[in-house]
Amino acid sequence: MEWETVIGLETHTQLSTQSKIFSGASTHFGQPPNTQASAVDVALPGVLPVANRGAVERAIRLGLAVGGTINRRSIFARKNYFYPDLPKGYQISQHEIPIVSGGTLHITTTAGEKIVRLTRAHLEEDAGKSLHEDFHGMSGIDLNRAGTPLLEIVSEPDMRSAEEAVAYAKALHALVRWIDICDGNLQEGSFRCDANVSVRPMGSATLGTRCEIKNLNSFRFLERAIDYEVRRQIALIEDGGRVVQETRLYDADRDETRSMRSKEDAHDYRYFPDPDLPPLCVDDAWINAVQTAMPELPEAKRARYEGSLGLSSYDAATLTQSRDMALYFEALIERLAVARTAHLARAKLAANWVTGELAGALNKADVDIQHSPVGSDALAGLLERIEDGTISTKAAKDLFDAMWNGEATGPDAADQLIEKKSLRQISDAGALEAIVDHVLASNAPQAAEFKAGKEKALNYLVGQAMKASKGKGNPAAIAEILKRKVMGQAPP
Amino acid sequence: MMPLDLEVVRRIAMLARIEISDAEAIATRDQLNGILNMIESMRALNTEGIEPMAHAQDVVLRLRDDRVSETDQHEVFQSIAPQVEGSLYLVPKVIE
Amino acid sequence: MKDDYLTGATLTELSSALAAKKISSVELIKAYLNRIAAVNQTLNAFITVDPAQSLAQARAADARIARGELGPLTGIPIAHKDIFVARGWPSTCGSQMLANFVGPYDAHVIDRFNAAGAVNLGKTNMDEFAMGSTSESSWYGPVRNPWHTDHVAGGSSGGSAVAVAASLAPAATGSDTGGSVRQPAALTGTCGLKPTYGVVSRYGMVAYASSLDQGGPFACSAADLAVMMNVMAGFDARDSTSLDRPPEDYSRSLGAPVATATAKQPLAGLRIGIAREHFGPGLDADVEAAIRAALDALTALGARLVDISLPTSPMSVPAYYVIAPAEASSNLSRFDGVRYGYRAPEYTDLRDMYCKTRAQGFGPEVKRRILIGTYVLSHGYYDAYYLKAQKVRRLIADDFTQAFKACDVIASPAAPTVACRLGAMTADPVQMYLNDIYTVPANLAGLPAMSIPCGFGNRGLPVGLHVVGNYFSEAQMLGVAHQFQGVTDWHRKKPEEVA
Repeated sequence: MEWETVIGLETHTQLSTQSKIFSGASTHFGQPPNTQASAVDVALPGVLPVANRGAVERAIRLGLAVGGTINRRSIFARKNYFYPDLPKGYQISQHEIPIVSGGTLHITTTAGEKIVRLTRAHLEEDAGKSLHEDFHGMSGIDLNRAGTPLLEIVSEPDMRSAEEAVAYAKALHALVRWIDICDGNLQEGSFRCDANVSVRPMGSATLGTRCEIKNLNSFRFLERAIDYEVRRQIALIEDGGRVVQETRLYDADRDETRSMRSKEDAHDYRYFPDPDLPPLCVDDAWINAVQTAMPELPEAKRARYEGSLGLSSYDAATLTQSRDMALYFEALIERLAVARTAHLARAKLAANWVTGELAGALNKADVDIQHSPVGSDALAGLLERIEDGTISTKAAKDLFDAMWNGEATGPDAADQLIEKKSLRQISDAGALEAIVDHVLASNAPQAAEFKAGKEKALNYLVGQAMKASKGKGNPAAIAEILKRKVMGQAPP
Repeated sequence: MMPLDLEVVRRIAMLARIEISDAEAIATRDQLNGILNMIESMRALNTEGIEPMAHAQDVVLRLRDDRVSETDQHEVFQSIAPQVEGSLYLVPKVIE
Repeated sequence: MKDDYLTGATLTELSSALAAKKISSVELIKAYLNRIAAVNQTLNAFITVDPAQSLAQARAADARIARGELGPLTGIPIAHKDIFVARGWPSTCGSQMLANFVGPYDAHVIDRFNAAGAVNLGKTNMDEFAMGSTSESSWYGPVRNPWHTDHVAGGSSGGSAVAVAASLAPAATGSDTGGSVRQPAALTGTCGLKPTYGVVSRYGMVAYASSLDQGGPFACSAADLAVMMNVMAGFDARDSTSLDRPPEDYSRSLGAPVATATAKQPLAGLRIGIAREHFGPGLDADVEAAIRAALDALTALGARLVDISLPTSPMSVPAYYVIAPAEASSNLSRFDGVRYGYRAPEYTDLRDMYCKTRAQGFGPEVKRRILIGTYVLSHGYYDAYYLKAQKVRRLIADDFTQAFKACDVIASPAAPTVACRLGAMTADPVQMYLNDIYTVPANLAGLPAMSIPCGFGNRGLPVGLHVVGNYFSEAQMLGVAHQFQGVTDWHRKKPEEVA
C-alpha cells in the first residue's frame, strides 16, 4: 500500500526579552545554577506573576508577520502537572484563547512553493532543567530557565514529508530571527520543535493516530526523527499493529524514537483561567505601532528584489534567507547607488558576490554575515573597481581574500590594496601590444589556428598574454589587440 | 452526576499527588460525595448565556516593562530547601 | 504596669501616648508579650512570638519617636496572621508543610506596616492554609475562644481575632477568602473588615483561592479599622490584581457617612438593604434577636431599612466550594517537597516522594479541598462544576449590582450561629461549609464587607452584624459602623480574664 505522511509542528521559540515573562529575573543563558531564579521563579509561597510587555509585543510581531489574527483579549491559564522543573506545579500558558490565531507561512522545497497554515501562537513560560548527572542517584534541578518567555507556534497538519517539515522549521526559524523576537540559537534551546506525525493510506481523508516526537533540537534531527517515525508507523500497521497516541522522544545517538515513560494522567492538565492574571488585552493603537515598526518581511523583499532589481528568484531567495544577509546586500547596493541608477547589472554583480564569494567565505569560516570581516563598504569599493575595469575578476578575488584576512577595511580598502599590491589592470595599449607581440612570436601554431577560425586558440593566446602580464592585463583589451594583429586589422 | 467511586477517588488523589490508603479512600469517597451533593443544588440553576466570572474585578492585565529587576538570591532561597548540592535542588531521580 | 494600654486603648490613643512619651514602644511591646506569655497557652492565638525581633523593632521605633519621626503606627504592636510572609519570621500558614519555612521576603502588607512604623508582635494561628471556619485545622492545634475556651474562635483567621478579643494585640491582620476575617470577628466580638477585592495587595499572602483572597484588619472599633486600612491598602505592582487607585483616607467618613446626616440622626438618608434570603431557616434565634436589635439601633440613628432580594445567594456556598477548592488545588501544588517546606523522610522514588510529602505535610481539611478542587477541574467535569460555578458567581455579583440600586449597604448576620464547641464541626464538613452562607457572597462578588459586634447570644457568646457595601465604599461602611459604635458599647465588651 502507498502511505501518506501527515506532519504538524509545535515550535517553542524563546522570546528574546531581557527579563522573564512573569518575573524581573534575567533570561541570560548559561549562568550558574539557580542564580537567575527569583522568588517568583522558585515559586515561593505568596509570590505572584506580573506579565512582561516585551513578551506580549514579540507575540504580536509574530502574529502580524504571519498574517494571523491578534486576539484583542486572550487568557492566561494554568496547566497543572507535577514535575520537579515546574516549580508552581502548573505552567502558565494560554489555552482556550491564545494571543494569535491563524496565519500562514510560505515554504520552498524541491517540489516548489507551499503555504502552511498556522493554528495559533500562544504565550507561556518555560520550565527549568533537570540535570541527570549523578548526585548520589538523585537529579539536580536548575530553575534559571524557569519563566523564560516562550511563544508556542502551532501549525496545522499541512506537511506531507520530512523535507516539508524541515523547510517549515527553517522558514519559521528565519522569520523569528528576521522580526527579532528570538535569537534562534538551536544549541541553547531557543528554538525547539515537537513534531506530530501520523500516516494514512494515500488518498484517505481521515487522519491516522499521531505520535508527538519531542527533543528535536536541530533540523537534521527533525528530518531523521520524522523519517524514522514514519517507517516505524508504516511497519507497525503493515504488520497488523496499531499506532498508539503517545509522546515519543528522539534519541539522536541511536537515531530512533522511543516512547516516553507513560504518564497515565498526562492528558488531564486541569486547565483553568489563572486567577492571578486578568485577561490580556491588546488595543489597536498598540498593534498599529508594532506594525509600523515592523521590518520589511522576507516575502516582500523577495518580490522587490525580483521586480525592481531584476534578480533571479534564486538570488532573491538566497539573499532573503536571513535579515542580516538582506540588510548587508541592501547596504551594498545603496553604496553602489543601484537604487538611484536602477543599474540592474550592478545589482546582479552585487548579488553574485554576496551569494557567491562572501557567502562561501562566511560558510567556510562559520561566521555570521553581521560579523563579516569584509564590510559592505569595503565590498562596494571592490565592486566599483571591477566595474570600472581597474582590476580583473581574478584580481578582485585575491583582493577579497586580502580584505577577509584583515589587510584593509573600509570604503577605500580596495583602492589601498590595489596600490599596495600593484594590481591595477594594464589597459595601456603600448604596454599590452608589446606583450601580445611577444606571445604571438612564441605561439605561432596557435596564432595560425586562430587565424584559421578556431576561437579556442584565441582564449589560449589571451591566457598566455595574461600570464605574461602577471595577471594585470585587461583581458578584453588583450583580446582586441590579438584580433587586430592576427586578422591584420588596422588599429581603430 | 454519578457519585464518586473508589477508583475515581484514587485517580484524583494520584493527580493531586496525595498518597491515600484504602481506608482513607473510603472515608474520602464518602466525604467528597457529601460535598458534591451539596454542590449539586447549584447545577439546577439556569445559567444559559451567562458569562463565566473568573475574576472578582473586571480589569485588564497590567504589563510590566521588560527590565531585569531581580538579583541572585539563591543562597537565601536554598537555605530553606530540603536538599541542595552545588546550588541545585536535589530530587529523587527524574526518569524521562 | 501600664495595663490600661492593653485593654480598650485605641490605636489613636496608643499613638498619642507614644508621641507624648507617656509610654515607650519597648514598654508597650513588653506588656503585650507578657500578656501573650500568660494566656497564649490557653488560647493558642499565636504560633510564633519572637521577643528579640519585636523588641528590636520597638527600640528602633523609640529612637524614631525620640527624633520626632512619627508614622501612623510608629511603635504600635500589630499581630499578623501566619499567612503573611515576613522576612526572618516563620510563616507556617498553620501547616506542618511550612513548619520550617522562615520568610525570605516581606509581604506587601508587612512592608506597609514596617513603613508605618508598626512593630510585628507575632504570627497568629489559623486554619491550615486558611481552609476552615473554626481555626481547628491548624497543625499547631485549635485556637480557643476567649469568651468560652471550650468554644471555637471561628476561622480561618481565628488567632488574629482572638488576639484582639483577648487584648493580646490592639489590632491584627487577617485574610478573608469566604469570611475568614468577618466570621471569627463575629464569633469573638471584634471588628473585622474584608476590603474590596484588589484594594489590599495579595503579594506575600500565601494563596488559598486567588480570585477570592483579600487581606483585611481586625481591631476593637471601626475607627481603628480605618487606621489599619490606611496602612494596609494601596496599589502594589507585584500583584496583577491590585487596583491602581489614588490613595484614600478610610477615616474620612467616620463623622458623617451620609451627606444627608444631621446631628441627631447621623444616618439619616442611609438605606440599609435587608435581604429576605438572609432571615430564614438555619438562622439561630439568639443571633437573629441580636441582629434585629442592632437594626433597630441603626434605624434610631436615622437609617431606613429597605427590603431587597439576593435570589442567587443560596447558591453561593455551592459555587464557593467549587471555585475555592479548584484554585486551591492548583495554588497548593507548589508544596511538593522540592524547594522549601516539608519533605517526607522516606520514599521510594520521585512520585512517591510527592505523594508521601503531601499526604503527611497537609492536614485532612486541606487534602479534602485539594481533592475536591482536583476533581471539579478534571477532564469531563470542568463544565459541569467549575464553569457552572463561575456562571453562578456572575449571577451572585449581578444580584448585588441590582440590590445596590435600592440601598447603600446590606446588613445581615455574619454567621447563623454563635461559636460552636470545639470539635462540633469537624465530623461534618458540609455543615461547616453551609455556615459560610452570609460571608461567601461578598468574596464571590469582590465586594467590601465587615462584621462588628452587636450583642451576645447563647452562652454569652458574641454576635456580629455583617455589613456589605458597594465596591470601594469601605470609608462609608466604617462611618456607619462608627455611628453605631457611638450609641452602643458591644465593641468595648471584653471577655473575662482567661487563665
